[in-house]
Amino acid sequence: MTDIEKPSRYDVDAPSADGLDARLVVQRGSFRLDVALTAAPGDVVALLGPNGAGKTTALRALAGLVPLTDGHLRLDGAELDRTPPESRPVGVVFQDYLLFPHLTALDNVAFGPRCHGAGKAAARAQAAVWLERMGLAAHASAKPRRLSGGQAQRVALARALATHPRLLLLDEPLAALDARTRLDVRAQLRHHLADFEAVAVLVTHDPLDAMVLADHLVVIEEGRVVQRGTPTDIARHPRTDYIAHLVGLNLYRGEAEGHTVHVDGGSTVTTSEDLTGPVFVAFPPSAVTLHRDRPTGSSARNFWRCEVSGLETHGDQIRVALGGELPLAADLTTVAAAELDLHAGAEVWATVKATQTHAYPA
Amino acid sequence: MTSSDSGKAGTVDTLSGGPRRRARRRGGAAPLPLLVPALIGLAFLVLPLVALLIRAPWHSMPDLLTSTEVWQALRLSLVCATAATAVSLVIGVPLAWLLARVEFPGRGLVRALVTLPLVLPPVVGGVALLMALGRNGVVGKWLDSWFGVTLPFTTTGVVIAEAFVAMPFLVISVEGTLRAADPRYEEAATTLGASRFTAFRRVTLPLIAPGIAAGAVLAWARALGEFGATITFAGNFPGRTQTMPLAVYLALQNDPEAAIALSLVLLAVSIAVLAGLRDRWMTAS
Repeated sequence: MTDIEKPSRYDVDAPSADGLDARLVVQRGSFRLDVALTAAPGDVVALLGPNGAGKTTALRALAGLVPLTDGHLRLDGAELDRTPPESRPVGVVFQDYLLFPHLTALDNVAFGPRCHGAGKAAARAQAAVWLERMGLAAHASAKPRRLSGGQAQRVALARALATHPRLLLLDEPLAALDARTRLDVRAQLRHHLADFEAVAVLVTHDPLDAMVLADHLVVIEEGRVVQRGTPTDIARHPRTDYIAHLVGLNLYRGEAEGHTVHVDGGSTVTTSEDLTGPVFVAFPPSAVTLHRDRPTGSSARNFWRCEVSGLETHGDQIRVALGGELPLAADLTTVAAAELDLHAGAEVWATVKATQTHAYPA
Repeated sequence: MTSSDSGKAGTVDTLSGGPRRRARRRGGAAPLPLLVPALIGLAFLVLPLVALLIRAPWHSMPDLLTSTEVWQALRLSLVCATAATAVSLVIGVPLAWLLARVEFPGRGLVRALVTLPLVLPPVVGGVALLMALGRNGVVGKWLDSWFGVTLPFTTTGVVIAEAFVAMPFLVISVEGTLRAADPRYEEAATTLGASRFTAFRRVTLPLIAPGIAAGAVLAWARALGEFGATITFAGNFPGRTQTMPLAVYLALQNDPEAAIALSLVLLAVSIAVLAGLRDRWMTAS
């Protein structure tokens, strides 16, 4: 079992070669995935993106389940692009876990060590240690269909870790769980990932999962990386509509002249930042105030004439979608929405204080 | 409160369930032009079996069934059908895997060729086997001159003829099960370090075991009843190649009572097979 990891662990000549260094190019019909990924041991990288962006394809390429059309894949200095999946020091937690239904939890976890040459008893002993670590010792002899979603997820994690991978891949690790279980499992997973000493890459379309679990985010849209950075950085400086929508911001691209930003589409936004050249400007929907008539005494520097295009309940708030001079989203209390007599097609004025906007270079 | 609630729910239920229930009742009262042929069809299938039971020589049955010839034929039938099923499993399951899991040019044609013995008249299969494996056959010639192996008119010949006819049942059944099975389990196994063969052996095979078992039973039943290919390729030598169906046919010429007794034995075996498979096919739909 340790035979597999020895070459990758000890044949490293430079410390800088440790970890993951990949450029994944996969061409499939008209779809092209082209994603560069680097990570140091101990890093947790999240691939975040909408459905069909190519996240899972990237993960399958890392695992060797999809061949690379071009690019390279190095793990701890070892070239892996031509290595078949069974010889890669890679562990995968699949989206619906894919626990072998005919094997007990213990034998599922022992499967990897067995394939790496451990005897039946030794493999089971190792598996028992992993289940113990996951708090599942009591369920060792249970078949997968008798496990809850959260338990199955931990067995899948134990099974992937039992081969001592140098790269751990998790495909939508929390997607199959209900909201209640998700909270617990997310916290546990975070704990286990923090303990994991090699590179972990997880794929998710849920920004919360990505931000809680990962140190680095790589946002993928249509097969390409559109933004990468720390969760805080990406949440504060989104660069595409998709990310802005995920983190709940109104986002515009434009040209800045001092405190004024000329937004693509003709409107202007006044900001507190003093910038020149191409910029992004963002503000949260809660910063928007709506008025029936053109505001006169308002201290707000920004006001636009808009038309209501949609209303949606968000918890105890109402999210108003607005078209017109500047397309934007606004959050109102139910009372405010009733007072304004909002309905699709209603004309309103939207105001935002300059201090609540945030501009940054594009 | 509760009662009014349930009353309301009941009303909704009747409203939505009403038309469906009426439709079902209309389905129950089948129109005569369909009902009459349906009942004739049922009688057509059941009557011969009932006749077999009516005409069975129950009093002489013990003697008939304990005769050496019957035991010989029954034993030979069971041994050959089991051997043919074993052969089908060893080469048929990998063939099914190839058809289900590997993309290769001409796969459709290969599948058609595999299915052909299903629809081919068994006698034609027997003649074809003679042309291939007979003493002067395309391959049989070499088997004879190089190894001194002769297949036609031997017990091995019976096994070959039965496997030729029965294996397609197994292949089709296993291929269907493989297609329905999630190939990602094999992927999961390879990411854990299993070679493709190990993944097949330790993951896929246990997952499709019910399909393999059903296919094997089907193939076994087909092999047990094999007549045309067997008599053509292996002949009709008591103790060596005379299986139950051959014995039944022969007995019918000179000892009809024995033929009925033998037929009843085969019928009993068939019913046992059907009972074994009832969970899989009879409760379907």
